[in-house]
Amino acid sequence: MKILAIASAGGHWVQLLRLKPAFEGHELIYASTKKSFADTVKGYEFYDIPDASRWNKVKLFYSLVCVLKLIYTVKPNIIITTGAAPGLMGIIAGKIIGAKTVWIDSIANVENLSMSGKIAAAIADKSYTQWPDLSNSKVTFSGNVL
Amino acid sequence: MIFVTVGTQGPFDRLISIMDHLAKDLPEISFVAQTSKGNYMVKNMKSFNFIDPIEFDKYFSSAKLIVSHAGMGTIISAMQYNKPIIVFPKLAKLGEHRNDHQLATAKKLERLNYLHVAYSEQMLREKILNLMRGELNPLHTVGNYASSELINSLQNFISV
Repeated sequence: MKILAIASAGGHWVQLLRLKPAFEGHELIYASTKKSFADTVKGYEFYDIPDASRWNKVKLFYSLVCVLKLIYTVKPNIIITTGAAPGLMGIIAGKIIGAKTVWIDSIANVENLSMSGKIAAAIADKSYTQWPDLSNSKVTFSGNVL
Repeated sequence: MIFVTVGTQGPFDRLISIMDHLAKDLPEISFVAQTSKGNYMVKNMKSFNFIDPIEFDKYFSSAKLIVSHAGMGTIISAMQYNKPIIVFPKLAKLGEHRNDHQLATAKKLERLNYLHVAYSEQMLREKILNLMRGELNPLHTVGNYASSELINSLQNFISV
């Protein structure tokens, strides 16, 4: 399987890197919003994508276009993301090309799922929260990144 | 050395200015700060707007104490590097973040006894002075990877 793992810079990226053992035996490709992060995944293909947030719709749309382009190039079987908005664009783009999609909501969301997480829960093939009390019929709790 | 970091999601001048003043009061301790392009002019700390991951690792490893915003990247890194950490949450009412999720994260992790939290300048100064006098052990540490429960669940889902 070819897996594309996407996360924004910062905490989302740190959480994504902690999932690496889950992808053993598969072809793993990373994408994030800071070019220098390539250094943290030496030996893996890495793509940088523009940052975006739901507060700027133009940037958000541009991010979707870039992520779509990336996904058409890479053609992953699975797209997995720990957020935030660029990760959600990955889930949407993944749906369009028929890849299996996985959303893992950040451990920082302790009281509610993130806005992106709520949208992802409706469209991703699998969604996780990292807090048991936030799980429901669509969002699974099964441990956390710690 | 005390390493101060505000993460990648914009500046946090309130924290940087508190730490800069503290650095002046404690000349025997060195302070390094990542400030994310704030308006506050740092006078008493070695400071950078951004640090690439390799440099970040270097400062993180040599720090005795981490003082930061309540961002998960820094919090997880502190647990991974076995470093004690005090977080100072960004507040929405002061325009430091769009909402108070940093406050909620900090409170939750404080209840789990994973980290120290300071909710005011005075509290931050007291906690730093207290910790620097003591053993400086981290409250909680983690390995390099997520819990096996999450890893296994993901593996199962991927291979189906």
